[in-house]
Amino acid sequence: MIRLSIQARQALAKLTLPVLIVAAFGLMLLGKADTLLAERARTALADALAPIYAALAEPLGSIKATVTEAADLWNLRTENARLRDENERLRRWQSVALALDAENQRLKASLRWIPDPTASFVTARVVADAGGLYAKAVLLSVGPNHGIRKGEIALDERGLVGRVTEVGARTARVLLITDLNSRIPVILETSRGHAILTGTNGPRPRLMYWPEGQPPQEGERVVTSAEANAFPANLPIGTIHYTAGGAAEVEPAALLTRLEVVRIFDYGLTGVAPPEPASAGERLTAAHH
Amino acid sequence: MARTDQTPGIRPRATWGRRLDIAARHSLPAASTILLMLLTDVPFNIPGQSALLPAVTLTSVWFWSLFRPAAMPPPVVFGIGLLLDLLGYLPLGSGVLTLLLVHGIALAWRRFLARQGFALIWLAFIVIAAAAAALVWLLVAVLNFRLVPAGPALFQAAVSAALYPALAIPLAAAHASLANPERA
Repeated sequence: MIRLSIQARQALAKLTLPVLIVAAFGLMLLGKADTLLAERARTALADALAPIYAALAEPLGSIKATVTEAADLWNLRTENARLRDENERLRRWQSVALALDAENQRLKASLRWIPDPTASFVTARVVADAGGLYAKAVLLSVGPNHGIRKGEIALDERGLVGRVTEVGARTARVLLITDLNSRIPVILETSRGHAILTGTNGPRPRLMYWPEGQPPQEGERVVTSAEANAFPANLPIGTIHYTAGGAAEVEPAALLTRLEVVRIFDYGLTGVAPPEPASAGERLTAAHH
Repeated sequence: MARTDQTPGIRPRATWGRRLDIAARHSLPAASTILLMLLTDVPFNIPGQSALLPAVTLTSVWFWSLFRPAAMPPPVVFGIGLLLDLLGYLPLGSGVLTLLLVHGIALAWRRFLARQGFALIWLAFIVIAAAAAALVWLLVAVLNFRLVPAGPALFQAAVSAALYPALAIPLAAAHASLANPERA
């Protein structure tokens, strides 16, 4: 080590902080100039941490299951009555659905309808939040050789969750439909009007650009549109809900705040170029250029 | 180690075990901060969990910069800030800048603050947490060329302020015992 006088050493020690503050600004510029850099570093970090999170998720899950089970035992009776009621109702709906399905098949057969290709899917566990404060995304733990690609579509058992934006060696990041940068072409199910669903980072994304004179109805179902070939048609998203201020929002069908397991579907869609692989903010700038 | 020569007197011989002990005590603040940061990312499924990471990081950096700056030097703060940016999905550099500024303020105020009671330090931290959340919010907006909602920033400042006592008490205990190189 070079011998320095005490004064010189003190001066150097005083200089470290300002130099590093300048370096922080340099890092910002670097992050803007090369958006892939931050993404690669994040994916590498997530790949390293995902096995730990996945290992921790199981005991945490069992603790949570015990707690919820204890709570469930309390209201077993009321729950049972409610479920019997619901079962009755669903049974009626099931017979309606079966009849409609049979009719649908007959009509399709007489029309020589080209069937939609069946999509392959993989199921993955959600291991962590991947959005931070200013984005809405989740991290999935997927095994090696998973074959997941950017742009594939994530669904839970109730509806649309989002799209895969980044893929690592053993992780995948899914940008949720509630994220500020999410834009999804949708169809209002009863009026068949097209619209765009825009994420706001809030719990309910906002509906925009519906056809004039066809305002969405409260409670109307919203499904994906095949327009632009980014999504297959008719994936359930949620139902319309008007805010007190009169803005049309969509209550997502998927349980976006309590995601545990999602299915990643490969519909083989190539209409939209794979989404810009970067975090929320960086995607934005790409869109601006 | 130039530092140990600052206190003349009779000391135990610097054996390997002792050196290791001193090194461990020196690195405890940084290591515990990083461990806490990783811990906040574990999927507990708490609503608003994403506010925990910046809160824990800010509290740790503030506390150690105030009470043991030798163990939380600027390069370590830089590294912790980088980890915050990567784990918290913030634009690269925003967490780094914020934490370095917090570190600088803590250094400037430590002669006055370190002698004050807990309540005043907490009060100062609330101001710092609010300013830090505002700065991160501003940087996110500027670096994205877009106005982002201010709600998460307010929420994060509140979580940081509320979490401070819960974190500062074990940190103060560690400061007096585990992280004290003089007790090696």
